[in-house]
Amino acid sequence: MDISILAFLAQDGLTTGAIYALVALALVLVFSVTRTILVCQGDFVTYSALTLATLQLGLMPGTLWLLLGCSLAACTLDSIAALRRGQSRRVPGLLARYLGLPTVLWVVLDTFELAGLPAVLQILLTLALVTPLGPLLYRLVYQRVAETSVLLLLIVSVAVHITLVGISLLMFGAEGVRTDALAEAVFMLGELPVGLQSLLVIASALLLIGLLYAFFGHSLYGKALRATALNRKGAQLVGIPTQLAGKAAFGLAALIGAISGVLIGPLTTLYYDSGFLISLKGFVAAIFGGLASYPIAAASAFFVGVLESFANFGASAYKEVIVFTLVIPVLLWLSLKHPHLEEQH
Amino acid sequence: MRSIFPLLLLTSLSAAAQADMTVGVILSTTGPGASLGIPERNTVALLPKEIAGQAVKYVVLDDGSDSTAAAKNARKLVSENRVDLLIGSTTVPTSAAVAQIAKESKTAQIALAPFAPASGEQTWIFTVAQTNTLMAEALIEHMQKAGVKTLAYIGYNDVWGEDWHKVLSEMAPAAGIQLVRDERFNRTDSSVSGQALKVMSSKPDAVLIGATGTPAALPHTELRRLGYKGTIYHTHGAANSAFLRIGDKALNGAILPVGPVVVWDKLPASHPSKAIASQYAQDYQAQYGANSLSPFGAYLYDAMRLVEAAVPAALKGSTPGTPAFREQLRDQLEQTRNVVGTHGVYNLSATDHFGHDQRARALVTVQDQQWVLLHAPE
Repeated sequence: MDISILAFLAQDGLTTGAIYALVALALVLVFSVTRTILVCQGDFVTYSALTLATLQLGLMPGTLWLLLGCSLAACTLDSIAALRRGQSRRVPGLLARYLGLPTVLWVVLDTFELAGLPAVLQILLTLALVTPLGPLLYRLVYQRVAETSVLLLLIVSVAVHITLVGISLLMFGAEGVRTDALAEAVFMLGELPVGLQSLLVIASALLLIGLLYAFFGHSLYGKALRATALNRKGAQLVGIPTQLAGKAAFGLAALIGAISGVLIGPLTTLYYDSGFLISLKGFVAAIFGGLASYPIAAASAFFVGVLESFANFGASAYKEVIVFTLVIPVLLWLSLKHPHLEEQH
Repeated sequence: MRSIFPLLLLTSLSAAAQADMTVGVILSTTGPGASLGIPERNTVALLPKEIAGQAVKYVVLDDGSDSTAAAKNARKLVSENRVDLLIGSTTVPTSAAVAQIAKESKTAQIALAPFAPASGEQTWIFTVAQTNTLMAEALIEHMQKAGVKTLAYIGYNDVWGEDWHKVLSEMAPAAGIQLVRDERFNRTDSSVSGQALKVMSSKPDAVLIGATGTPAALPHTELRRLGYKGTIYHTHGAANSAFLRIGDKALNGAILPVGPVVVWDKLPASHPSKAIASQYAQDYQAQYGANSLSPFGAYLYDAMRLVEAAVPAALKGSTPGTPAFREQLRDQLEQTRNVVGTHGVYNLSATDHFGHDQRARALVTVQDQQWVLLHAPE
């Protein structure tokens, strides 16, 4: 193995690692705020890439109908709740809040020649279609079970994931897609060809990590989310609505997932069911950080990416085994370090 | 959705009419095999509704590409629907699961994947898909002519990839070709750069990619991106239009063996499969849109061609729904002579339950998202 192969593998590993890092961050975020392991985080990634690919083909993405359906369901639930409490004046507001965006998107998607739109608009449309699914999922599925055990939340997550994969097959079909490259240029760094797309992925991931850091450290919403994560009851007592915190966490996770999908789409072929493996690799990284530490999770994700890339080269038949076996020593170490970790409420 | 409703309808109808001949079809329309299973399910609408005056009912079940579900489906079809014949499943492992039930219940099975039962176990099991050995022969011949001395292999980390590797490691050395690398990847892998680099470091004259459909394009584009100049071969599993679309220009020059139906419009008029393949392809595309044709759906069509040929004789002396008819049907299937299908001409015998000869393969290359026919034995 010479130095150019080494450099190439590292570059490849860092690129996939960047995507895993984004997934891992979203997992840590959602877990710390809602105690939910978001198995379907990877599905947001594939939904976004597949939606973008559908737009580029000039077709109506099925995501719109899913968004409309979820919005209608959530709107009905909230309206019924409002009517029961005798607050019928709130219903028009709810209608506007839930159905406004999907309707606008519907009109936009129906009017314009989708394949001819500039790439930036296609990407924005994709983000607008996928991101609201996060809060809607929280409203429809998780809100009612928010106070139950971590195990039950995990089981619910698995169910949500399986449902989303099924819907994905129905909406996008079984064939893989690859979106158009955002940046096709390749330049030579010494002997090593460096793809601009790879750099774009890594840079965007780092930028997003920086933005998240700023958001949590310096904005009111971010601080409220962190407070909920640290102590749910305490946050409620000082007037932070925990439901809103849950929705915000899911919204952020979906947005991060959607951006990851846009970034990774041109680099690889994605299928309706690619999300699970992406989730799992991100999860391995998140576990390294004990599902609590953002910096360790992000760093481990890059490590997982690079390790996977070298495993591909060294022993391709065993690469999944190599990556997933890593979890065992880490769990062992974590459980020795915290011998009496019990579920906290 | 459009294609699910007729199936539900068929399912409910089949329970009502008992005297009709019932065919149980098990397909992998969800899960990893979905890309193969969906065109097969679409083909059900094109199958004959009546054979020799006998109405035929189809009961279609999805196994989710899962062997346990396939076995469960087969048991249900045999015991509740009392099917006269089992067709399926889409992949080799699921077909193997169905085969167990077929043997137990003494019901003939026509597998749509190249599933080869252990010797002595094949009595009730027939297979319409070409064996990997048959297809590999065409590739090895081409490699020999092109002067390929070293070959590297990148294949699925599953039964398909494993079987192709086995076939290659038997045939290549005999043809004077050295197999220098064996690399594996998964269908949903996000990167195969490592495998591609490893292959390139062994500087092979040619590379063979043992994968199916769109995933087969990923190692190919990766090799080309890294500057690999040699010929890249594929298996017949890769031959669908989504593969061409995903790989685009990077696939130019790729060589693969396919069933004649894939190049139905380019076959010479004298090719035995020309007429039937054209008819199937046009009917299919009229119903499901241009460029929707897949060789996998055509396997199901061919399976029913065999049944159409076998049923008239089987109906003499036995009626559908009885064990006698199932046995007759099996015996008649084994007698199949010169039945022309979309994937070539079938000649079955007690020792050969595949029945293909070299007319079942055509060698093609790819040029600008189009198949170009190189050679189709007649």
